[in-house]
Amino acid sequence: MKKLLILFSHPRFEKSRANRALIEDIDKIEGVNCHDLYEEYPDFNINVEREKELLGNHQIIVWHFPFYTYSAPALLKQWMDVVLEYGWAHGSKGNALKGKIAFVALTAGGTRESYAANQHNQFTLREFLRPFEQAANLCKMIYLPPFAVHGTHILTDQQLTAYADSYRRLLIKLTTGEYDPVSVSGFEYLNDWLSNKG
Amino acid sequence: MTSTFLSDALIYLAAAVIFVPLAKKMGLGSVLGYLIGGMIIGPFFLGFVGQEGKDIMHFAEFGVVMMLFLIGLELEPKTFWRMRRFVLGTGIMQMGMTTVLCFVALLLVGLSWQASLACGLALSMSSTAIVMQTLREKGLMKTESGRTSFAVLLFQDISVIPILALIPLLAVSGAKAASAGHPSFMEGLPGWAQTITLLVAVNSVVLVGHFIFVPFLRFIARIRLRELFTASALLIVIATAYLMMLVGLSPALGTFLAGVVLATSEFRHELESDIEPFKGVLLGLFFIAVGASINFKLIIENPVKVAALVGGIIAIKSLVLYATGKVSRLSFDQNMIFTLGLGQVGEFAFVLFAFITQLQIISAESSDIMMGATAITMTMTPLLLLMNERLILPRFGTKEAPEKKEADEISFKHSVIIAGFGYFGSTIGRFLRANGFEATILDNDSDRVDLLRKMGFTVFYGDATRLDILKSAGADSAKILIAAIDSPETNLDLAERTKKAFPNMKVMVRARNNMDAYNLLDMGIEDIYRESIDTSVRFGVDVLIKLGVRKYTATRAGQLFIKYDEASFRQLAQHRHDQEAYLVNIREQIALQEQLLENDRKAIPNIHDFAWDMDAEMKNTPDMKNNTG
Repeated sequence: MKKLLILFSHPRFEKSRANRALIEDIDKIEGVNCHDLYEEYPDFNINVEREKELLGNHQIIVWHFPFYTYSAPALLKQWMDVVLEYGWAHGSKGNALKGKIAFVALTAGGTRESYAANQHNQFTLREFLRPFEQAANLCKMIYLPPFAVHGTHILTDQQLTAYADSYRRLLIKLTTGEYDPVSVSGFEYLNDWLSNKG
Repeated sequence: MTSTFLSDALIYLAAAVIFVPLAKKMGLGSVLGYLIGGMIIGPFFLGFVGQEGKDIMHFAEFGVVMMLFLIGLELEPKTFWRMRRFVLGTGIMQMGMTTVLCFVALLLVGLSWQASLACGLALSMSSTAIVMQTLREKGLMKTESGRTSFAVLLFQDISVIPILALIPLLAVSGAKAASAGHPSFMEGLPGWAQTITLLVAVNSVVLVGHFIFVPFLRFIARIRLRELFTASALLIVIATAYLMMLVGLSPALGTFLAGVVLATSEFRHELESDIEPFKGVLLGLFFIAVGASINFKLIIENPVKVAALVGGIIAIKSLVLYATGKVSRLSFDQNMIFTLGLGQVGEFAFVLFAFITQLQIISAESSDIMMGATAITMTMTPLLLLMNERLILPRFGTKEAPEKKEADEISFKHSVIIAGFGYFGSTIGRFLRANGFEATILDNDSDRVDLLRKMGFTVFYGDATRLDILKSAGADSAKILIAAIDSPETNLDLAERTKKAFPNMKVMVRARNNMDAYNLLDMGIEDIYRESIDTSVRFGVDVLIKLGVRKYTATRAGQLFIKYDEASFRQLAQHRHDQEAYLVNIREQIALQEQLLENDRKAIPNIHDFAWDMDAEMKNTPDMKNNTG
């Protein structure tokens, strides 16, 4: 049984349809702790010690956010800059996060197909998420592929509910199930791993 | 008739307009300015006003009447009740001891015991008008000396009622108050009946205030004619005063009571702002009349007698006051201000002496000398306070400048000076200190100065608007002056002076509200901090959060609002001068508020902007952007 921390960053959650579906009651899953950064730190004044303590208490870290202009909302970047300290999270003596699992969960307006070379967005989602991938590597964490909800504006309520279900199943699987992180890394999206019966 | 009225008005107003600014420039305070103006236009020097000075004084006493109405208004029964022990303790001690000492002294000089007692009571009074005006000007109302002064003065003002009731009992049997103009109801009644009349009158003021004035004002307020409300306010004051005079009582006390009764009504602040200007002008007139009434001829004829009387009175009063201050545990500085501040004989003494003379308890001649001495003690007060501030306190009390240690000489020159270290200034100072920036502090509350010095702050003691103190605090080399004094007028004054004298310093000013801020903007001050804005908005943000708005959205809305408010405040400031004929401060405020609300309705920024929100566009072209709802 692993404990999972969702670092949820949404500057306008009250208007979000997709993220509401994903996040609603997610806390009720055993071992899952949703940490709403914009609600905790509306003035961007992050309590670093508290964040470190939270990280220490969990084995799986999820950066969950809406994918605005190809990146995370400002507060999550702020969080990474101030919390992932040299000497604590990385550097020769920074081993606090070593061996923990990290991945990105995001919602994007564009479809999965649009994220490809010669398509509308030119690059794949994995490429856009390199900073997260390398930040996890730097902190000696195990980086898993992202969980993505694409085309949020064209999703029907039914499709959205299906996404919410799979997100839930994913979190349960990650906290309770037996799996080899290295083989999971082989998938492009965690969505794929989930539907791969594996 | 009309022409004499106009010429009189011309002389008095000119005297005020010429001498008060002169006195202020010399740092003497407005009261001394009025008094000197009065002396100069009085019979002895220029002779513009002659014997009619006394009549003017009667008229101007109405300023005192209004002042007491305002004091009453500010004195909610609840506040008064909380202060009762303090007021009674200090008041009884001061009045009792002063009366007894004066009584003994006058007995020794050879007056009858009745006369000695009556005069002793009159002399124990101090001048609320002079003390309050002076303390307010010096920004000392909130210090310990200010509080104690207020308590003693309050006790004195209230005790005029029983004194007026008791004095007839002292009258030599058969002597009655001679008719002084209008016949009063109380004349001709035996002493005990007069006392009862007084009690009835006092109670009826309270009842009338509650059951007639308040409903009457409600009725007037509903008509929504501003000037009618002002007229009603004046009517209440004048009617109360007139009725009191008709019964033969002090009008000042009647209006004081009326003020206390109305203090709990919803019209308190409106009444205050309506009566305030009248009070100011009439009180000035009263001071001029006191100056003009000083009979220099009498002084020259009896120099020793008058000097002895003035010296004796001030000595006795000061002695008692100092002892009272000691008992109230005032520190030396505060006690000196309290002692010398209340060392004069007050305006009620004029009323009491006139009354005593009417009852033939003392002769008209002695009464003239007494009144002359009273006026002189009033003039001495501002001078004594000035001496205290410039000569006595710097030497014996809290030092103006902090003790210099040789090695400290350079660190002495901080680049920030904070004037006023109350709640507001001290927060700034603490914040700066927490971030490694020491500031030099200027404050005029000696108790606070002593405390701060003990805590290791560099503190200069004194009136921040004095250029010499600013200079010794290092204004020549400082970069920033923070004007954080409680009184907006003083901040304005300070900002203006420093801008001229020390152009090297950036002046950053605390403003109480938009009106003060506008005045500062007019002076060309850029850095203005309205004290309520940030707190109120932060409050509003928390309300939004409690109502269920997301914290970040509420915070952003607050930030936007502050920005918008600052911009609209500056915009309104430009248009302010377009609109003429704004006379009453409060009315202008309401007009501005209205304009502000109107603009808000049109242009208020709110959380319904399009940041992080491309839904509308996205629904048509889902692949154009990556933003998501």
